[in-house]
Amino acid sequence: MIAGSKPPRHLKMRLAPRAAAVDPGPQATRIEIRSLNFYYGRIQALHDVNLSIGDRAITAFIGPSGCGKSTLLRVMNRMYALYPHQRAEGQVRIGGVDILAPSVDVAELRYRVGMVFQKPTPFPMSVFENVAFGLRLAGEVHGADLHERVETALRDAALWEEVKDKLHADGRSLSGGQQQRLCIARAIAVRPEVLLLDEPTAALDPISTLRIEELLQNLRERYCIVMVTHNLQQAARVANVTGFMYLGALVEVGPSSEIFTSPKNRQTDDYITGRFG
Amino acid sequence: MKRRTLRKFRNGAFLALSVVATAIGLACLAAILWTLVSNGVRGLSAGVFTQMTPPPGSAGGMLNAIYGSTVMTVLGILIGSPVGMLAGTYLAEYGRYSRLSAFVRFINDVLLSAPSIIIGLFIYEIVVVPEGHFSALAGALALAVIAIPVSLRTTEDMLNLVPQGLKDSSAALGAYPWRTILSVVYPAARSGIVTGLLLAIARVSGETAPLLFTALNNQFWSAKLTEPMANLPVVIFQFALSPYADWQRLAWAGALIITVTILALSITARALLSLFQSNRGAR
Repeated sequence: MIAGSKPPRHLKMRLAPRAAAVDPGPQATRIEIRSLNFYYGRIQALHDVNLSIGDRAITAFIGPSGCGKSTLLRVMNRMYALYPHQRAEGQVRIGGVDILAPSVDVAELRYRVGMVFQKPTPFPMSVFENVAFGLRLAGEVHGADLHERVETALRDAALWEEVKDKLHADGRSLSGGQQQRLCIARAIAVRPEVLLLDEPTAALDPISTLRIEELLQNLRERYCIVMVTHNLQQAARVANVTGFMYLGALVEVGPSSEIFTSPKNRQTDDYITGRFG
Repeated sequence: MKRRTLRKFRNGAFLALSVVATAIGLACLAAILWTLVSNGVRGLSAGVFTQMTPPPGSAGGMLNAIYGSTVMTVLGILIGSPVGMLAGTYLAEYGRYSRLSAFVRFINDVLLSAPSIIIGLFIYEIVVVPEGHFSALAGALALAVIAIPVSLRTTEDMLNLVPQGLKDSSAALGAYPWRTILSVVYPAARSGIVTGLLLAIARVSGETAPLLFTALNNQFWSAKLTEPMANLPVVIFQFALSPYADWQRLAWAGALIITVTILALSITARALLSLFQSNRGAR
């Protein structure tokens, strides 16, 4: 359970959170997690997680590798159900509906809860078709409307100016950073209730990372964004709320300004100051 | 010091053995190709592609055999490849974790290495005997049974090369598996799938034993699928064993045609495959 990079001791100072300094105040709750346990076969990966995630805010999960933060994310759109021997117990309510209930249609759920992965995953089709993919699946948008929705999504993902002249080029021909913004455009084109980001900048260079962080700041006003990151500064920069996870448990969660400056829990303090992890 | 010398010597000896073995293999291949080309070119003429197989002693070609081979190969692939591809898709996508898949994979490997004469006998039993006569259709069916495991295996391998993240991304947008497979996975694996198709064609077009029991042969032009049909492998087999020099020359020419065709298919397939894999590595 030891992550690769250790932040320097004086990190606390540098972590003075920029984004979270503007505290958004109390938000309506979008996701309610109650006594969530998760198992990979016989191995328990999440232990009794309880949490409320606010709407129109960015919530980030940090913690050492294997602490269960990605697992938690993959519960929220039931991504884990694609794999055998993985199961979740407890309650995860999104917009009041318990998404773990067997009656929930996972395709419908995943349409409402978008996800962006660590590695950019452009589909083998044009830039336009990549963004239109989800809209076409739903089959509700056609013709000029479709074009408009694709353009809006690309604009929101801060990619429109770069690709407006090559909408019909293969999505895989874009640069890594552009590909990741394409994936974000693809995810927000269907206007999901929740946007999940699993280490969205881990495979990108610093400049692309910065662009995506700026983009997330803008999206925050309209979406409930939940992200996992290995990069503490990133959480401090972009997240309103940060949760620290360790060994499958949610150790502490609170406004980023508090977590990174005056954490209540000793383990959190040790982690953000680089004493372990 | 002494010990190191010994180890160096052993290494040298092992290297030498490997080189000799490689040289023997290459020499055999070169000898085969040389014999084939030198004899085949002598038998080649425009007539080979325009005339029917002749009776001994008169001029003729192999048009009916080339036509028959093409028809039965195409039909066999048309029947066998879709079956193999869909089964491969099941193994790689739907049934990746099921026990049935492991069983199917094992059976497929058995089928893949089954002697083709047994497949010929099988079709002979279930098609030729009830029908009462040999037919091109039976030949195509036998070739289809040979194509299925080849196509299944390559399809599964190629689909497994498609990154899981791509499949997950599609699912994460609310796509059902069939939509993911058709819109994302197949296009991503396109050149790999074409490679599988070419390899299946290459494998099938040289088969002799299964046709011997099914399509048999035909001295004359026949386009009817319900009748015996001439085909290159069986004509080569028959003509090469004959005592007539002109038949033997034609057999060489036929062998050269088949070899060149298969070689071209294989080279194209491998070129496509390396293209596919280098694309994948770049991403």
